[in-house]
Amino acid sequence: MIDDLSQFHQVFFDEATELLAEMERLLLEVDVASPSQEELNAIFRAAHSIKGGAATFGFTDISEFTHVLESLLDKIRKGEMALTAEHVDTFLAAKDVMAMLLEGHRAGGAVDLDQVAEVSRRLHALADPAAGKQAAAPLAAAAPEPGPEPVAQPATTVAPASGALAIFRIELPVTPDKDVEGLAAELGLLGTLTREPLPDGRMVFHLETDQTQSDVTAVCSFVVDADKLLITAREPAVAAAASVAVVAEPAAVPVAAAAAAVPVTASQADAAVKAAKREAGAPAGHESSSIRVSIEKVDLLINLVGELVITQAMIDQRVSTLDPVNHEALLNNFAQLARNTRDLQESVMSIRMIQMDYVFSRFPRMVRELASKLGKKVDFITQGASTELDKGLIERIIDPLTHLVRNSIDHGFELPAERLQAGKPEAGKLVLSASHQGGNIVIEVIDDGRGLNRARILDKARQNGLPVSDNMTDEDVWQLIFMPGFSTADVVTDVSGRGVGMDVVRRNITDMGGTVEVRSVAGQGSSVRISVPLTLAILDGMSVKVGTEVYIVPLAYVVESLQPGASELKEMAGQGRLIKVRDEYLPLVYLYERFGIVPKYAEPTESIVLVLGVDDKKFALLVDTLVGQQQVVVKNLETNFRKVPGISGATILGDGGVSLILDVSALMRGLA
Amino acid sequence: MEDSLQGQDGGNSREFLAFTLGAEEYGIDILRVQEIRGYEPPTRIANVQEFIKGVINLRGLIVPVVDMRIKFGLGNADYTDLTVVIILNINGRIAGIVVDSVSDVTTLLPDQIKPAPSVSSALDTDYLIGLGTIDERMLILVDIERLMTSEEMGLTDGALARF
Repeated sequence: MIDDLSQFHQVFFDEATELLAEMERLLLEVDVASPSQEELNAIFRAAHSIKGGAATFGFTDISEFTHVLESLLDKIRKGEMALTAEHVDTFLAAKDVMAMLLEGHRAGGAVDLDQVAEVSRRLHALADPAAGKQAAAPLAAAAPEPGPEPVAQPATTVAPASGALAIFRIELPVTPDKDVEGLAAELGLLGTLTREPLPDGRMVFHLETDQTQSDVTAVCSFVVDADKLLITAREPAVAAAASVAVVAEPAAVPVAAAAAAVPVTASQADAAVKAAKREAGAPAGHESSSIRVSIEKVDLLINLVGELVITQAMIDQRVSTLDPVNHEALLNNFAQLARNTRDLQESVMSIRMIQMDYVFSRFPRMVRELASKLGKKVDFITQGASTELDKGLIERIIDPLTHLVRNSIDHGFELPAERLQAGKPEAGKLVLSASHQGGNIVIEVIDDGRGLNRARILDKARQNGLPVSDNMTDEDVWQLIFMPGFSTADVVTDVSGRGVGMDVVRRNITDMGGTVEVRSVAGQGSSVRISVPLTLAILDGMSVKVGTEVYIVPLAYVVESLQPGASELKEMAGQGRLIKVRDEYLPLVYLYERFGIVPKYAEPTESIVLVLGVDDKKFALLVDTLVGQQQVVVKNLETNFRKVPGISGATILGDGGVSLILDVSALMRGLA
Repeated sequence: MEDSLQGQDGGNSREFLAFTLGAEEYGIDILRVQEIRGYEPPTRIANVQEFIKGVINLRGLIVPVVDMRIKFGLGNADYTDLTVVIILNINGRIAGIVVDSVSDVTTLLPDQIKPAPSVSSALDTDYLIGLGTIDERMLILVDIERLMTSEEMGLTDGALARF
């Protein structure tokens, strides 16, 4: 039985992770003042589904924890309780706890029991703020002594629901009288209370109740520090030291994780299992219209289609030599095949595409928390969340983006008072946008903060011994922040950052074949623009020929091509060869020299020069001839071989031969 | 697979693919051989060791081809219709080796495999399993897995630093 279920665990984990993300998104979106019924229902459904799943698979800690949350959400959605900002905060914290518990089961991740207990306590406190009116609602709490029991093997914590009375002796620390009275009143709601003043003026309560010890602790902890309480259970009905969860009537709620097992009768256990099954069956209405497929399968498919495209190109070469009059039907059919192949390739490639929402959705939470930690107000706006990007790239873009967003909040935005003084709205505006531009996706992080501080960047550059001058253009100055050693922490503000420099951001982006640009206006804000190719698997290439060898230059780098005149070529001592293109002198690289090829034309004036741009630097590459422009399927050299300097990958040409793709950035670096 | 493991324990017979480099006859574990094909000129890679001839398209895979004759200075590295590429699959990594010719697959019993004397061939004894004898023939048995993954061959990224 257990084995049968365990094969579905991964599905549950995936689903629960998605539901949690969904829940977080909803919580962040919900308008606390006037929440829509739909949103409340959706949040409730997410919690409900997680609970049901967890119960089915026997993750008791998750299901119990979620149950508390669910009951609370249920009350709110039924209008029995008003949603407050505190609710939202607590729910977000609860989401974290659930994610942590989930990770604990999935990968054996560490579970912070104190955090679980703390959030659980907060939930219970919210569920019954007065600890009074609805006497039936017990308060569960931070278990004072989280046992050594690992959460990964949760105990079944079903306790006698009623009737089993225990007597707790509650010894209070020195407490003001009015608090003692308040506590007495609250404890009185749980059962029968008697008092016994101690000689030293402290008070001892004896409480006869059907509640658990942790419930009692919870009530007390509103008044006195739980650590200073001394609670002992006198009645053998419940194994005293253990803190126990109660599953009972709707209002009764189980305690969170740190619970030890208590013997239960068979009928009670059965009832609990049945309840769990009911829960599991419930969320069936929430069907998803997608299927989960392993990435290997998708990549295999992409590879196969890549082969198909190559084969099609090979046939294309053969067919193109046929006489069009005699073979009209064949040629027509072939054209049809070519179209189908192209469509198929596009469709297959789109499988790997993921919406940017996958990335964007993790930011609202971070922005909210970081802003409040720094005492700043930030309105966070995302645009183009439905823009799609290759899965491989989307995962690599998260870190750089996180860094940029952090930077904006940390260094970019002023404090609310400063903003008001500067005549700006109190809350800063942070925009994260994504859009398609040609074969690239452009992601921008825009803030309306104070902008980059030119003077300080120049100062810092001088300290680092970089050659700078005061009359550098702004663009050149902004580029300096990408230099290694420009810790963002001390460049723009004195607020300490994480010590990861913008150089890492830029390297991450260029590794993906992308570019980063910064724009900034003092006092008005700054924007960072990232441009990355849509996919790594297919590349628009320019094929060039040197001697007998054909290389592919990624089209994204090609600025222009020209045939150099003798007067444009210069040789400079210590600088190597230069070529003058539109009043600019660019370093000139002879590809045949670099790669040890016998060129067709030894004379540069007979050859072709490609002007290539990396970031905003340019250089010129001398090749024999241009062959043409084509889309190529990028193959990794490292799969069976290793990295080769100057080569970024390989591709298969229409004739079945292999052609190498030039690593333009590396060729450029080779100049330095 | 099991055979080869047992073989290494000295339990069972092992099968070797025999091929020639110049005048010498070599043998490699047949289980590491994926296929044998004729030589087609690979795409040259600039700035790599001379014995790395380049990469070929093996049904969509980019596969490096090394010429063992150049690597070990045996025979003439000329390419004729008879020149053969043995495609190896070593722990999922595919590579081709150019040899003069392939003769046969030979089964050797443990007592037919003698330890290699330290100065037996162009190959370091580290890469040898031993010498196999069948009647008059002598096969130099190469631990192809160890050889192909060695830094000396420069076929993996670990070797890059040295180059």
